[in-house]
Amino acid sequence: MFKLSKYILYDIIRNKVILAYTGFLLLVSLLLFNLEENSSKAILSLLNIQLITIPLISMIFSTIHYYNSYEFIEMLLAQPISRTKVLFCEYLSTGISLVLALLIGMGIPVLLYSSGETGFTLILTGIGLTLACTSLAYWAAVKSRDKARGIGIVLLLWFYFALIYDGIVMMLLFTFSDYPLEKFTLVLTAFNPIDLARVSIMLKMDVSALMGYTGALYKDFFGSSTGIFFTGGIMLLWILLPLYLAMRSFGKKDL
Amino acid sequence: MRTLNRTQIQRFSGIILSLLFLMPLGGRTIYVGETQVVKSIKAGIQTAKPGDTVLVEGGLYKEGNLIINKSIALIGKNQPVLDGENQYEIITLSGKNICVSGFKFLNSGASAMNDFASIKCIDATSVLVSDNIIVNAYFAIHISNTIDAQVKNNIIEGHSKSEQNTGNGIHLWKCNHAMIVGNQISGHRDGIYFEFVTESQIQNNYSTKNIRYGLHFMFSHNDFYSHNDFKNNGAGVAVMYSHNVQMENNTFEDNWGASAYGILLKDISDSKIQANYFIRNTVGIHMEGSSRMVVEKNKFQDNGWALKVQASCNDNQFQFNNFTGNTFDVATNGTMMLNTFTSNYWDKYEGYDLNKDSYGDIPYHPVSMYAMIVEENPVCLILLRSILISILDKAEKAIPSITPENLVDEKPKMIPNRI
Repeated sequence: MFKLSKYILYDIIRNKVILAYTGFLLLVSLLLFNLEENSSKAILSLLNIQLITIPLISMIFSTIHYYNSYEFIEMLLAQPISRTKVLFCEYLSTGISLVLALLIGMGIPVLLYSSGETGFTLILTGIGLTLACTSLAYWAAVKSRDKARGIGIVLLLWFYFALIYDGIVMMLLFTFSDYPLEKFTLVLTAFNPIDLARVSIMLKMDVSALMGYTGALYKDFFGSSTGIFFTGGIMLLWILLPLYLAMRSFGKKDL
Repeated sequence: MRTLNRTQIQRFSGIILSLLFLMPLGGRTIYVGETQVVKSIKAGIQTAKPGDTVLVEGGLYKEGNLIINKSIALIGKNQPVLDGENQYEIITLSGKNICVSGFKFLNSGASAMNDFASIKCIDATSVLVSDNIIVNAYFAIHISNTIDAQVKNNIIEGHSKSEQNTGNGIHLWKCNHAMIVGNQISGHRDGIYFEFVTESQIQNNYSTKNIRYGLHFMFSHNDFYSHNDFKNNGAGVAVMYSHNVQMENNTFEDNWGASAYGILLKDISDSKIQANYFIRNTVGIHMEGSSRMVVEKNKFQDNGWALKVQASCNDNQFQFNNFTGNTFDVATNGTMMLNTFTSNYWDKYEGYDLNKDSYGDIPYHPVSMYAMIVEENPVCLILLRSILISILDKAEKAIPSITPENLVDEKPKMIPNRI
């Protein structure tokens, strides 16, 4: 398994998209830290990049990679290796390459310029987000045979999690504004990995605002150890569940 | 202000003269202590005549309630301890030209019926309370109906956890020409409390970890407070129902909570807030029913909301302030805005300056759409920093619909104001 992952990883690194992604992140992060007068403002811009770019690139790259290595996968399956193992190796190599790109492109600048608690949370949630999105992309790709359809579904998923979901949340909050919704919003964040990442970072960045009104409740919850376990646990679920579904469907699939 | 200062300086020099020069020269000094002829403070006060000094040597004194009603100076040498045994008010004084200085007050009594204090001053003129340490009191220093009270360099420390079980650190009621200078107050209900106190000054105090307000003003006009530090109080500072209050060079920091404000202004008029520093408060300044205020040259940094200006405020001026790193710069609760904003520096400003006059060429609208949404439905705070929100904000900036159109800084500064 290790050998297989290694070869796929070499292959991914050789196709240069990942290198370009690393370069892009590195350039943007360095530029932001050098241009903005204080590092917290740079972190804020990085957060925006993290919430848009990282899910998008992770999802699109994983899907395209899956379709491109379809023939390779078929070839591998002719060997005595189990299907789940092959898919897991594919997932692992994609995930590792994307996480490496994030660590080099964003992790190093953050470490250099703003190695506080906020920066650490930013990188950690970035890793979680990358893995969760890759996992979602694999599930969508395995489910649809047609490449165009697969990419379409993945784009729609990204659009849903990045934008539409928050719109729905806001609509719900306004429709039911007569009811106490504080606890309910906590549940709502769990259904979107991007929101989960956003809320974790926000708690480090906007402490003063969050201590007002209902914010104090969020702070109490997410700031406590239960909250950290909750966030971590849900993020892990977002990584493992789609991966499991992808592997299951890949196992039964007529290739 | 100028005339007020002059009268105060006259009064101040008057008290210094009377206390430092007249008493030691004109009066006797009565020594109280274990090794002295007079063993108890009570006896010392009794034998003293107006103008005398009662000098108390270091040691522990449990004498219940001491009453001073003549012009004497009660001075502690080596910080003698006066213990109220949790049941007595330690010193009660009234009269004129009285000084209490250099003691350590412990455990004065608490009562729901009487406002017990470590030092209580009623119906007095020219009183000096200085250099005392007051620990575990109900009210620490309670002054009422007094002209020219001076409270200086005292350290006041309370241990109460709930608002009901404690009084205020320095409590003034119906006084004028008071001076509160250089005190450190913590752990009381309100650090400094003013009600019906006029022509007074509060300077260089440090008020922290009080259960309610660091400083609480009610119906107190023509007062001046400067160079104070209010940190981490339950609800920050409140200034209510007063006019002509000057607030300068104060620091308001770390006042966190659902109803915590750097300054809460309620029904204030003709006052000035200048060169203060607001950092990491949930709300920097919350303003309602206030008019004709000038808010200038203040620094607002890393607050949740730098300013909350309710629609009930009018004719206020906000100028030459610096806003950096705040989650929300300005929030309001209506579309009407009768206040002026000009020449402030906003770090969220995205305009340009083509004619290089250091003012941005396009006006800045400090109220974001999201700030209005959160004002209406606070639960929406969970969507902070969401991409959807930034898109909505951008759209609103282009075509304003729910943010107040005339809440605008026509001349935003490109670089921070020098303060």
